[in-house]
Amino acid sequence: MIDFSRNHFALFGLPPRYRIDDAALDAAYRALQAEVHPDRFAGGTDAQRRIALQASARANEAYGALKGPVSRAQYLLSLHGVDAADEKDTALDFDFLERQLERREQAEEAQDASDVRTLESLHAAALAEARELEDALARELDREGADFAAAKPRVRELAFLVKLADDLDAMIAVLD
Amino acid sequence: MALLQISEPGETPAPHARKRAVGIDLGTTNSLVATVRHGLAVVLPDGEGRPLVPSIVRYGEEGVTTGYAAMARQSVDPHNTIVSVKRLMGRGLADLDDDRRFPYRFVDAPGMVRIATRAGVKSPVEISADLLRALRERAEVSLGGAVDGAVVTVPAYFDDAQRQATKDAARLAGLPILRLINEPTAAAIAYGLDNASEGVYAVYDLGGGTFDISVLRLSKGVFEVLATNGDAALGGDDFDHRVFCWIIEAGRLPPLSPADARLLLVKSRAAKEHLSEHDEAPIVATLSDGTRIDLTITRDIFTQISANLVAKTLAPVKRALRDARLAPAAVKGVVLVGGATRMPQVRRAVAELFGQPPLTNLDPDEVVALGAAIQANKLVGNREGNDDWLLLDVIPLSLGIETMGGIVEKIIPRNSTIPVARAQEFTTFKEGQSAMSIHVVQGERERVSDCRSLGRFELRGIPAMAAGAARIRVAFEVDADGLLEVSAREVTSGVAAQITVKPSYGLSDGEIARMLQESFAHASADMQARALAEAQVEADRVVDAVRTALAADGDLVDAAERADINEALAAVARLREGSDAAALRSATEALNRGTEPFAARRMDRGVARALTGRRVDALSD
Repeated sequence: MIDFSRNHFALFGLPPRYRIDDAALDAAYRALQAEVHPDRFAGGTDAQRRIALQASARANEAYGALKGPVSRAQYLLSLHGVDAADEKDTALDFDFLERQLERREQAEEAQDASDVRTLESLHAAALAEARELEDALARELDREGADFAAAKPRVRELAFLVKLADDLDAMIAVLD
Repeated sequence: MALLQISEPGETPAPHARKRAVGIDLGTTNSLVATVRHGLAVVLPDGEGRPLVPSIVRYGEEGVTTGYAAMARQSVDPHNTIVSVKRLMGRGLADLDDDRRFPYRFVDAPGMVRIATRAGVKSPVEISADLLRALRERAEVSLGGAVDGAVVTVPAYFDDAQRQATKDAARLAGLPILRLINEPTAAAIAYGLDNASEGVYAVYDLGGGTFDISVLRLSKGVFEVLATNGDAALGGDDFDHRVFCWIIEAGRLPPLSPADARLLLVKSRAAKEHLSEHDEAPIVATLSDGTRIDLTITRDIFTQISANLVAKTLAPVKRALRDARLAPAAVKGVVLVGGATRMPQVRRAVAELFGQPPLTNLDPDEVVALGAAIQANKLVGNREGNDDWLLLDVIPLSLGIETMGGIVEKIIPRNSTIPVARAQEFTTFKEGQSAMSIHVVQGERERVSDCRSLGRFELRGIPAMAAGAARIRVAFEVDADGLLEVSAREVTSGVAAQITVKPSYGLSDGEIARMLQESFAHASADMQARALAEAQVEADRVVDAVRTALAADGDLVDAAERADINEALAAVARLREGSDAAALRSATEALNRGTEPFAARRMDRGVARALTGRRVDALSD
C-alpha cells in the first residue's frame, strides 16, 4: 500500500526544511501526479481507480501544505510535535499586535475613503514584513538543533500578516 | 508537443486495437461530438455535413426528434419542443430566476424541476439524455461501431448537482463515460497542444447559457488550472432576451402567446448574430393575430441594451485573477470560447481588460468538443505520439457543512485542485446526543440559506456521551470528475454513515435504473442483451487493465499471487463466451478484488519512480 505515513517532504524527495526550492517542489509534484493521477487509470480496474484517487488527493494535500509559507511552517512544526495552528491559542506579542491593529484601523479608514493608494501601500508593507518573517523563520528553523517550540510565536505572526494581506487585497478588489 | 501530428498507418502500437473515443460538448444552444482521427481532433458532422446539433428535443406525435428537425418545429409546438434544457440541469423550480421565460409546463418535483410534455413528464436529465443519444448514434455511424469511451464537458462553474445531473444523463444515454471535464479546460487542451504554448492563459467562455472564466498555467505538458469563476446562468440566451424585450417595447406589443414569444426569440437571436457582422439588423415577423413587426435594431442600440450583461462577465474575470494572484498583464493569451464571444462588444471588453486582443484562431463553437476528444482519446488508452501531458483541474465552489446557527463551515475551499480529500472533526452539543444531521452545502457565502444545498444525511447510533465528548469526523472526497462523496464517522465508537451527495438534486440510482428499464420496456430480450453487452464491455476493460499491469510490473507479484490472478482471468474468459451476465459480472468483480494488493504495489512503484526523477526528465523534454 502507498505509504501514507510518509511525510510531505519525503513524498516529494525534499529535505524537511523551511526554506524550500519552489521549482524543485513544482517539478516533484508534477512528476508524482504524472504517475498517480486518476487520468492514468481511467480504463483501469476499480481498485486501480480508487487507489489513484487516494494517491492523487494525497499528492495535492502535500503540495498545498508545502506551497504556502504559513502552512509549510505549521506543518514543519507539527513534525516536531508543535501545534502552531491551534485556534484556541491566540497569544501574540503585544507590540506586534498593536502595530497590526493600527494597520487595520488605517485600512478601514482608507476603505471608507475609497483610498486605494493607502490600501496598496499597507498591503505592500504587510507583504514585506511577512517576507522578513519568512527569512527569520528559515534562519531559526533550518539550523542545527533548532528549537521548534520557540518558533511558534513567529509562525502565528506570519499567519496573521498573510491574513491581513489577503484582507487588504480583498478591500482593494472591491474598490477597483 | 506533438499530439496533433499525423501518425503513419501501422504506427498505432499493438497489442491493443484502437478504441473508439469521443468528446461531447453538451451545450445550451448547440452540441457537438468530436473524435481523434489519424492524430487530429475532428468534429463529426451529420449526413449533410453540419457539425453542430442544435440542443433542441421535440416530443412529437411521431416520436422524439432532436437537432435541426426539432428546431424547425419549435415555434409551432413550443410546449413539447425543449430548448436550453442545460439551464434546468440540477435545478429546482425555485432556482429559476424567471420561469416565465420558458414556455414550458413546469412540474415542481422534489430535487429537479420536470416538464410536462406530450410524451409524459420529463426531467432535464432525460431530455439531455435524448440529445446525448443522438450524438452517440452519430458517432457510432461515423466510427463504425459502439463508442468505447466518452468525455462530456460541463461549464467550469457548474456545481455538484449540475455535474451529477450531466453524468446521469450520459449514463442514461448509454454512453460509457470516462470523465466530465470543464469546458474552458477542454478548450485550453485544444489550444495548448496545438500551439505548444507555455505560460499563463485565460479562457473566457461565454456560451448559450453559461459563462466561465478559467486561468491556467501551461508548463512542461501540465495544464494546471489556477482559478476558475463564472456565472452558471448567464449566456448568449440573455443577449437574445434583451433584443426580445427591445422588440416588445419598440413595437408596443401586448403580452404574447408562447408560440409568438418563441418566434420573436428566434428572430432576436438571428438579429444578434447579424449584428456581429453588420451595423444594423432587420427584424420582420408576423404574429399569430396578424400583427406585422418591421423594425431595425442598430449595433449601437444592441451594445447599449446589453452593456450590463457584458459587465456582468467582467466581475468573475477579476475574481478569478485575484484568486490566482495574478494581474491581467501576467496573462500571456486570452482564448475566446463559445458562440457568444463573436459579439464585437464582448471582444472589445475582453481586449480592454487584458490589454491585448484575444485569440480566436480556433472556431469558438468547436474548440471545446475538440479538446474533449483529445482527452477522451488519451483516457481510453489510444497512444498518439507524445501523450505525456496532464490535466490538473479545480473545484469552482467551496464545499462545506452547516453548523450551529445556519453558518457554513467550509471544508474544501474553491479552486482546490482535484481530486481532493479533506476531513474535519465536529462534536455533539447535547448531553447523550445519539444522532447528528449533516447538511452538505456548496457556495461562498457564510449563511447556509445563501448557498446551494447538496444533500442531508444522518449519522445515527452515536453512543451516549457528555456534550462535546463525541468526535464526529466528516470526510469530503471530490473525484477527478469534480463529484463529491461525504462520509461521517464517530471516531471513538466507529459508527459510520456515507453518501454520494445526490439525494436533493440528482437522481437516485434506482431512478436511473427505472428510466433505463423504461426505455427498454417493450422488449425484455433487449434488456438482457444489453445487460450482457455491458457486462462484456466491463469484463474486457478489467481484463485489459490487468494484463497491461502484469506486462508492465509483473515482477511485483509472486508465483502464488500470479496463479490466483491467472485463475481469476481464466474464469472471466470462460464466462465471457457464455450468456450469463450476472455470473460474468461477479467473476469480473472477483478479478477486481483479487488484484487490489497488486494495484497498490504498482502505485507505490509509481511514487518511487517519481521520486527518482525519471518522469521529471520525461516531462520536460
